[in-house]
Amino acid sequence: MKSFTYERPSSPAEAAATVAAKPNAKFIAGGTNLLDLMKLQIETPTHLVDVNGLGLDKVEATPEGGLRIGALVRNTDLAADARVRKDYGVLSRALLAGASGQLRNKATTAGNLLQRTRCPYFYDTAQACNKRQPGSGCSAIDGVSRQLAVIGASEACIATYPGDMAVAMRVLDATVETVDAKGGTRKIPVADFHRLPGDRPEVDTTLRAGELITAVTLPKPVVGRHIYRKVRDRASYAYALVSVAAIIGKDGTGHVAFGGVAPRPWRIEAAEGDLPKGAKAVTDKVFAGAKPTHDNAYKLKLAERTLGAVLSEARA
Amino acid sequence: MQSPGDLELNRRDLVAGASVAAAATAFPGSARAQSTDAEGAVLTKMSLTVNGERRELELDTRTTLLDAVREHLHLTGAKKGCDHGQCGACTMIVDGRRINSCLTLAVMHQNDAVMTIEGLGKPGDLHPMQAAFIKHDGYQCGFCTPGQICSGVAVIAEIRSGIPSHVSADLNGPYEVTDAEIRERMSGNICRCGAYSNIVEAITEVAGRQA
Repeated sequence: MKSFTYERPSSPAEAAATVAAKPNAKFIAGGTNLLDLMKLQIETPTHLVDVNGLGLDKVEATPEGGLRIGALVRNTDLAADARVRKDYGVLSRALLAGASGQLRNKATTAGNLLQRTRCPYFYDTAQACNKRQPGSGCSAIDGVSRQLAVIGASEACIATYPGDMAVAMRVLDATVETVDAKGGTRKIPVADFHRLPGDRPEVDTTLRAGELITAVTLPKPVVGRHIYRKVRDRASYAYALVSVAAIIGKDGTGHVAFGGVAPRPWRIEAAEGDLPKGAKAVTDKVFAGAKPTHDNAYKLKLAERTLGAVLSEARA
Repeated sequence: MQSPGDLELNRRDLVAGASVAAAATAFPGSARAQSTDAEGAVLTKMSLTVNGERRELELDTRTTLLDAVREHLHLTGAKKGCDHGQCGACTMIVDGRRINSCLTLAVMHQNDAVMTIEGLGKPGDLHPMQAAFIKHDGYQCGFCTPGQICSGVAVIAEIRSGIPSHVSADLNGPYEVTDAEIRERMSGNICRCGAYSNIVEAITEVAGRQA
């Protein structure tokens, strides 16, 4: 790990100003992803700004009938929050499907959104990776790609966004709230938060330099069965090959987003009208234009079947 | 020339000695090692409570909680397995929550209360979970055991405090101490010897006794 200086700011705006002003400074919250990457020298910050003490750790009701989740609320606490369990079950289920008990106790809401890809070529510093080292190429495209993206990727990068929580937040139409170095605030729909790689895969999100996530807000609860179904190589503690976050009403209508298939949680609202017709009608539209590799073409059929299982569960 | 005392060096001392020798080669002279340029260590003072005892430390900011406890406080119960949060051998209970101590910086735990396997119990005064692991043969080589035991203690507390899991049938509870619940909640602790079924029996027994 490279050496770094460390500080605890006294306010979110001060934290943002510090990171904006210092080259190579980074926020640290739970640290479970950042420290892992620092040990491998994939991330090499020279200054860490610890945002744990800023009071961003509460879940509060909003005047609109939704919830405002502080950026520093731990995954365990969010999954166990009584309001989340009752009204946003898909979010609890997604959180509980991710990582391990120890990691969920540290990992935060904002940090989870900022989790970097788990592409094995991003992690292997001996391999070319445009996300890790812009312009170096992509070893994954012609490499072992069974875990990687089937849609939304580019010639420069086929990495996936690895998380579960954000897939549920996408189907819940969540909004990310931020503060910048000047104290200005911004609201970013979660749909616009993660970027597609294009020719700049090193930039994961639409956050600006020094911009700090302060909260994620959820609108009023959507009535229906809240289901998160994750398919992975083992029964627990593994990243999704494919996941489905869904809210399905009694009449078979609803909303659905997919994880493990793209550089961001993948939702095509225009396909949701076909939910009463069954899984294939939906996934044909959701994955129109997909460019799978030889290794990961299985994900298209798996996504259809996983959605089929979700729709069966919703009818049961 | 070696004195008899030198021959009593244990493996840990030898490894530590070799590391010091390597560091001396890389950084001739102490002034260089203490410099504050981009390559230099940044030292910081901090304090925390470990197993009920207040400890003051001066640490390189890079020091993980695991390394602070093992290498600076010489409590070597918690183990460094993967050092990347994948195996759970480093599990400690910090402010009542189990965490991977390898994936958190010591400086981020100013004034926190840390519980390691040494604080749970000791020979002659074992924690019920330690006694149950012995009774049920919940280990072979023992390397993962301190992490398994700390995790097992925390799992029972998590179930009792109403934290659901991936396998809980109803998010709103009640949550039972079933084999499926224990296996899911313990999935962050790997045992390469494969003592899992006995670990589940040990945790089940302790949970039953506390019910």
